[in-house]
This record gives sequence, C-alpha cells and structure tokens, in this order.
Amino acid sequence: MSQTDLEIVVDDPTAPEDGSPSVVSSGTVEIVVCLLLLALAVTLGYDNWRTGASWDATGPEPGYFPFYLSVILGGGSLYGLIAALLARRAACESFVTRAQARRVMAVFVPTLLFCLVTQFLGLYVASFLLIAGFMRLVGKIALWKSLLTALVFTAIMFVTFDIAFDVIMPKGPLEAAFGH
Amino acid sequence: MEALGLLFHGFAVLLTWKTLVLMMVGLVLGIFVGVLPGLGGPNGVAILLPLTFTMDPTSAIVMLSCIYWGALFGGAITSILFNIPGEAWSVATTFDGYPMAQQGRAAEALTAAFTSSFVGSLVAVLLITFLAPMISSFALKFGPPEFFAVYLLTFCSFVGLGREAKHKTVISMSLGLLLAGVGMDTVSGNLRMTFGSAELLRGINFLVAVIGLFGISEILLTMEERLALRGHAASISLRVVLGVWKDLPKYWMTLLRSSFIGCWLGITPGGAIAASFMGYNLAKRFAKDPESFGKGRIEGVFAPETAAHASGTSALLPMLALGIPGSGTAAILLGGLMVWGLNPGPLLFVEHKDFVWGLIASMYLGNVVGLVLVLTTVPIFASILRVPFAAVAPMIVVSCAIGAYAIQNAMFDIWLMLGFGVVGYVFKKIGIPLAPFTLALVLGNRAEDAFRLSMIGSGGNLKVFWSNGLVGSITTLAIVLLFWPVTDGLLGRVGLTQRTRTTPQ
Repeated sequence: MSQTDLEIVVDDPTAPEDGSPSVVSSGTVEIVVCLLLLALAVTLGYDNWRTGASWDATGPEPGYFPFYLSVILGGGSLYGLIAALLARRAACESFVTRAQARRVMAVFVPTLLFCLVTQFLGLYVASFLLIAGFMRLVGKIALWKSLLTALVFTAIMFVTFDIAFDVIMPKGPLEAAFGH
Repeated sequence: MEALGLLFHGFAVLLTWKTLVLMMVGLVLGIFVGVLPGLGGPNGVAILLPLTFTMDPTSAIVMLSCIYWGALFGGAITSILFNIPGEAWSVATTFDGYPMAQQGRAAEALTAAFTSSFVGSLVAVLLITFLAPMISSFALKFGPPEFFAVYLLTFCSFVGLGREAKHKTVISMSLGLLLAGVGMDTVSGNLRMTFGSAELLRGINFLVAVIGLFGISEILLTMEERLALRGHAASISLRVVLGVWKDLPKYWMTLLRSSFIGCWLGITPGGAIAASFMGYNLAKRFAKDPESFGKGRIEGVFAPETAAHASGTSALLPMLALGIPGSGTAAILLGGLMVWGLNPGPLLFVEHKDFVWGLIASMYLGNVVGLVLVLTTVPIFASILRVPFAAVAPMIVVSCAIGAYAIQNAMFDIWLMLGFGVVGYVFKKIGIPLAPFTLALVLGNRAEDAFRLSMIGSGGNLKVFWSNGLVGSITTLAIVLLFWPVTDGLLGRVGLTQRTRTTPQ
C-alpha cells in the first residue's frame, strides 16, 4: 500500500520576507540593459564596419553579416528603451526586493570568490572552500558536516574527472605538492 | 522496412554492458537533476556534458539522452508530491497532480505521470524512427541556399510565433548571432570582434554560455524564492501500477491527442511548455465535465505529461535529420555532437549509422528502463529534497565551473560563464527570452556560412533564394512567419480567420 501520510518538510529559515522594500524597479533595469545593449551594438557595429561591411564581387565581406546584426540589435534595444521609458509612468514592478537582493548576493559573492580562488589555487581547493564555507556561513549547517560534505564532494569530483575520465582541471600549489 | 533493420542494428550496438551501465548512470543522474530545485533538463545536460568528452560518441549520446529522459521523469515527482514544478513544462501537471497527492492518491498520480511520459515519448520515438531517415535523405539534396532558407525559417518562426514581446525576441536572437560571429571568420580567415584579445580569438563557446545562462542564473533565481517545502512522501506498489494501467485504454483519446500536439509543437519551435498547457486545456475542453479538472482528476495528469514528453522527444527529430535543434536541450546535444567531432545534418544518417541508430534505439530502451526505475525508486528520489539547498547550491556552482572549464581548458571560460550567469539572471527577470539566444548562438556560424556559400555560388545574387520551388517556398514561408502577427491581423480584419485570441501565459 502507499504511505501517503508521511510528509516531507523542509524549512527555509533565511527566506526573504515578503514585505521587503524594492531596491530597483524592473523598468529602470530594462532602461539600463537597453542602454548597455545599445552601446554594445554601436561598438560591435563600428568594429565590423572597419573590417569591411560592404558587398564585393563574391558576396558579402566578413563584417557584412555582423554589421547588420549590430544594426538590428541596436534597433531592438532602441525600441526597448523607448518602450521602457514610456511604460515608466505606468505601474512600476519591482525588479528585486532588498531581502531578495541580499540572498542573491549571498550566492553571487561566494561564486565570484570561487572563480578568483580557482584562478590562483586551482579548482579543487576553491571547490572545497566554497562548499564548506557556503554550508557553514549561509546555510548555518554544523561545521563538521560542512567540512565532511565539502571534502567528500571534492574528492569524488577529483576521482571522476581527473582520474577516471581524464578531464584535467586547473590546479594550484596544493596539488603540485602531491605531484599532480 | 529499412528503418526496422537499422533499428535492430542500433539495439545490437547498444546491448553491451558498458552502454547499459552508462544508461543507468545517466537515468539516475537525470532524475536527480530533475528533482533538485534550480536544475533541470537543459542545465543538467549542459553541466554533465564534460563527463562525456573522452567517451566515444555513441556512449556519450546514450548517456546524455538518458540524463534528459531522467530529468523529464524527475520533473513530475516534485510537481505531484510538492506542488513545485521542477520545470516550466511540469506546471500543468501540478493542476491535478498535487490535488491527487493531497487526497492520498499520490502513488496513482505518479504512476499516471510516468506512464503517460512513457507513452508520449514512445509515440515521438516511433515518429523519429520512420520520419527522420526520410527527411534526412530528402535533405541530402539540399545545397547552401536550401540550408540557409531552413535556418531563416527557424529564426523567423521564433520571432513571429513567440509569446514574448517581439523586440525582446529580436534583441535576444541578434545578440546570439553576433556573439556566434566573434573570433576567426571561417570563410575569409579574418578576425572579427576580438578587439585584439587572444582569449576572444577562440570565439565564445556555446556550451560555456549555456552553462552560465541556465546553470548559474538559475541558482541566483532560485535563491530569491522561499525554499521551504512541504510535501507528501509516496511509494508505489505493484497493485496501484496495475490498477492505473488497467484503466489506461479508457483514456486513449486523451493520450493520442496529447501525443499529437506534443509531436507537432516539438518539431516546430513551440516547445514542451506550450505543448503541456495545450494538452491540458484540450483535455479539459473535450471532457464531459470540465469543472472536475483541477480537483485531482487523473486525466489532468495524463494530458500534460504525455504532451510534454512527446514534445521533448520529438524536438530531437529536426536536430538529427537537419541539424536544427527543436528545443534548448536539443541545442545542447547538438553542441555535444560538434565536440565529439560529428557534423550535425542530414549526412549523419549516411556517415554515422551506428551513432544515429544507437541513439534512436537508446530512446526506446532508455524509456523502458527509465519507467521501471522511477516506479521503483520514487521514495528515494523524493527524499533528495530533504538535502538543504545551502549544500546543493555550491555543488552546482562547482559542477558548472568544471563543465565550463573542461570544454576548452580555459580559465577565461569560467569567468565568461559567470558573466553569462549574470546576463541570464537579468534577462530572465526583465522578460528577454533565452531560447532564441541559445538557438542563434549554436546555429549562427552555420547559417552565415550557408548564406555566404550561396552568395559565392550565385555570384552575389539574392535571387538564388527563390531559384527553385523548394527553396523559394521555404524562404517565402520564413518571411510570412516573421511578419505573422501582422499577417494574422490583416487576415483577421478581412474576416478570413475568426478566433479568439488567447492571452500569453
């Protein structure tokens, strides 16, 4: 028989509260994104025009396709910019609330640090630090559990990729000390 | 029946211990990925792709496609037990699946979901078995103009038929096409848009972008939400399974209708999400008592699941036959093909018979094995959700980084992945669709090459795209689809079409 009465319950103590004030509205972000895309379109468009965007005897030059794509991208973002500016006076939807932003940063900043550490100490050390640190500091999980999980996961990754499947990851001084 | 002979050959290729073990591993990983919050089909396939780099292509594609089937099965578990759709296409499954679980009929709902997924995929695989060889042998006659016309059709139908704001689809697609052009130009050998950077010389790798766009950004998005969950645990007994299967013939019409919708929307770029909603809505409309939907009706599980899986599977048809992916996941598998040194397109059926038929055979086998596997192991997978997200999130980040690095052994790609993660997060929040971007990035170079080769062939004359009936009609259809909203409006004004507009989801 099925045991449907058993419940699985998982709590989220650090969940973002509902009434948190908005940091920035969707409209503003849309305007910024459109401006950035417009700048990108102009930069790429100029670069391709320099490469050669005309049509010679055998068809388009190398810059032809990307040049007109930059024009399309520019047009699209310009339209988006105007649409966002016009819609601004109407309802302002929240892009992210303060509580949400805090949580997103709680993942983004460690990820950024992880990439930085990978660059200098290798991926496996960075991975151990990220998992252990994140579990302990953000997840408030017991220190021994965090360290053990990080160690086991990193070891599994090392064995799977570097040894079993021969996919070599960036390494640092620690691995060098062990002769890898 | 040449296809049948080749299919049996495919089974023969498949039936080695090594492949069967890889298949099981793929399925388990896939279900895992489908159940975990913040991961899904395309992300899972993208992250696990590096595992397959040193395998031979057949083993690699078998494992990857099994990850995909597993993820499709896994999405249903969380929808029914926790009311959390693991994937957008599982949303419609929650409408009736979760009420069933609340009434203590979770086992029944899960069996229904898995069985209908199986039926949906089976119909789609049958379609692939018989249609794909035909289409590919037809496409063998294609020259560059025909291929460019088909690519154009794919791009235009995304813009014309997409549900998002048109300018956002255009932005997403042109950005993807532009980034695809970064690096060495394959026709002339010139450098484009590299700004003197040695890192950009290699170009922007499609898979790195996908891992960032889907993997990293999904974690950022998941963290914004309350991650507490409360759900039912269920184990499935043989009695329940047989009970549901005994009633299956009663719902043949729903299953058939949903399979058909799924296959259609899978081949055209409508996608599994649209298919599951359409399957659900049509089942409701044709039912004698539509009010009973949403209150735990088993048909409400059958209809969307069948459609979603039929669509997810048939999306592989255009990828195999023409080299044009019908979905995000198919696009990633296509990226995989290129990494393994295969050239996607109609020649695949001629040059790599073992690979193609091994893959098709693995779809049959993977679905049968997958069905048995999920039916027997649901309780284990449901309890995965007890693992706190604080432990899962950093592991996903590490897996993403490994995946991004392994593709070209470049540290720069890890930074690129992080950048795409931020872009994906912002784009998703302001409603710029990511699917056209993905498609454009993977097809961009091929489309441009096809265009320029046609131009070289015709001496720079654009009329080559209307030079014969076939290429002419594809090109014309593409342009009609691009302006579809305008065309549709005009037709409506003249009174040719009379239908009520549905509001976008």
